[in-house]
Amino acid sequence: MTAATWELILESFTKILIPGLLMTIPLTLLSFGIAMVIAVTVALIQYADIPVLKQICRFYIWVIRGTPLLVQLYIGFFGLNNIGISIGPFAAAVLVFSINEGAYCAETIRGSLEAVPKGQLEAGYCCGMNFLQIMTHIVLPQAFRSAFPALFNSLIGMVKDTSLASNITVTEMFQKTMQIAGRTYKFMPLYLELAFIYLMFCTVLTWVQRWSEKKLSHYETQGGR
Amino acid sequence: MTVLEVKGIEKSFGESHILKGLDLTVEKGDVIAVLGPSGSGKTTLLRCINFLEKADKGTLVFGGREYDLANMTKKDIAAVRRRTGFVFQNYNLFANKTAIENVTMGLTVARKMDKAKARTIGMDLLEKVGMADWHDRYPSQLSGGQQQRVAIARALASDPEIIYFDEPTSALDPELIGEVLAVMRRLAEAGMTMIVVTHEMDFARNVSNRTLFMEHGVIVEQGPSREVFEHPKEERTREFLRLEDSPHV
Ligand SMILES: Nc1ncnc2c1ncn2[C@@H]1O[C@H](COP(=O)(O)OP(=O)(O)O)[C@@H](O)[C@H]1O
Ligand SMILES: [Mg+2]
Repeated sequence: MTAATWELILESFTKILIPGLLMTIPLTLLSFGIAMVIAVTVALIQYADIPVLKQICRFYIWVIRGTPLLVQLYIGFFGLNNIGISIGPFAAAVLVFSINEGAYCAETIRGSLEAVPKGQLEAGYCCGMNFLQIMTHIVLPQAFRSAFPALFNSLIGMVKDTSLASNITVTEMFQKTMQIAGRTYKFMPLYLELAFIYLMFCTVLTWVQRWSEKKLSHYETQGGR
Repeated sequence: MTVLEVKGIEKSFGESHILKGLDLTVEKGDVIAVLGPSGSGKTTLLRCINFLEKADKGTLVFGGREYDLANMTKKDIAAVRRRTGFVFQNYNLFANKTAIENVTMGLTVARKMDKAKARTIGMDLLEKVGMADWHDRYPSQLSGGQQQRVAIARALASDPEIIYFDEPTSALDPELIGEVLAVMRRLAEAGMTMIVVTHEMDFARNVSNRTLFMEHGVIVEQGPSREVFEHPKEERTREFLRLEDSPHV
């Protein structure tokens, strides 16, 4: 590689990293946070078997999982713009990512809720607690623990999916790299560099996951029953 | 004084009629042993009178009020449960809570009791069942017998009028059964009112004051334990006691 290429890589590094720190990460964390609220709500509605609301939740999951994320982004930004609702690209991205991720995570959490032994719920009732109290203190914490690896997987997936937001004019890392590449025609080094930065982000997340799993597993010990 | 009265309780699961109209009266301080072959409906009976299953028919008299078991409101259910305790065959301790938290949850969460006060009560109860030294262990760090003793302390936390035990020692290794039975015997001697579904014949014979033998969803025979064991009236009871008393190999 020529010295000029190295110089380009070095020079573009911060230019790509900054939208990563200012856009990709906030977009991911904000959307994932909202997605978790949606997911827990939707999972609980199904677990509690609430009529009507449950059907609405199934419909939501069916539609979101059955349509491409990219199409959802276009509807959320260009589509809404078209009918006079313009919320700006960042808000549109947050909206679409959280609704999309919420549907997938709802299924993860529902599965984990159902895997918590029914006896935990029954014991809670016998102690005089009501459904919501048992959920918040007993069942959800246990379900969350077992769903944790899968949820973290979704989070890591989402970091990379945010690159799709470039399609609706959000200036995140991918958009920025495209701009630089368009000017310099150095596609290979620039996109490799971009891939490397995503890899760094996800590596950090993997460390966080490992550390959190250790913290969360305090009540599961070897042996016993 | 009558603590609890069940009249004409019936329950079906689909086509199969499991409880066929049972009556049961429990006086204060009674320890009632419920015997019967597997599948006779003992668990279903306990679950129905604590509303874990919904009975199809029957009434419950408790705390001076009469309830229709087939039409309980959430409020009524909560009111009755607040004054009863339940001990499960497989303990069902809250897996994400320590022993002391298991005991105090019903107080701090359901009754909004002050944490420090609940802890004092909880430690007292753990002391009673010999588990005070283990108060900060999680269920997965305890043996089956220890878990069941914590579960008994948990059932005691709400200062119940009556405790239901559903085969509390059936899931235990033989060498751990004694420690749980000892706790239950002490409770009985202290005057606690209990209904105990069990296969422990010594407990039924020597600790319970009344024994009830049920089969196919009906009570075949009931009476003072001594009488039921020494002079069973029904042929089926005699047969059952003979089989249960023979050493299991
Ligand atoms: N939730 C249920 N659904 C269908 N059948 C059940 C259910 N619970 C219990 N049964 C049936 O009811 C009968 C009595 O069960 P159970 O009360 O557990 O008996 P026991 O405790 O005396 O062994 C059994 O035949 C069992 O298969
Ligand atoms: Mg049973």
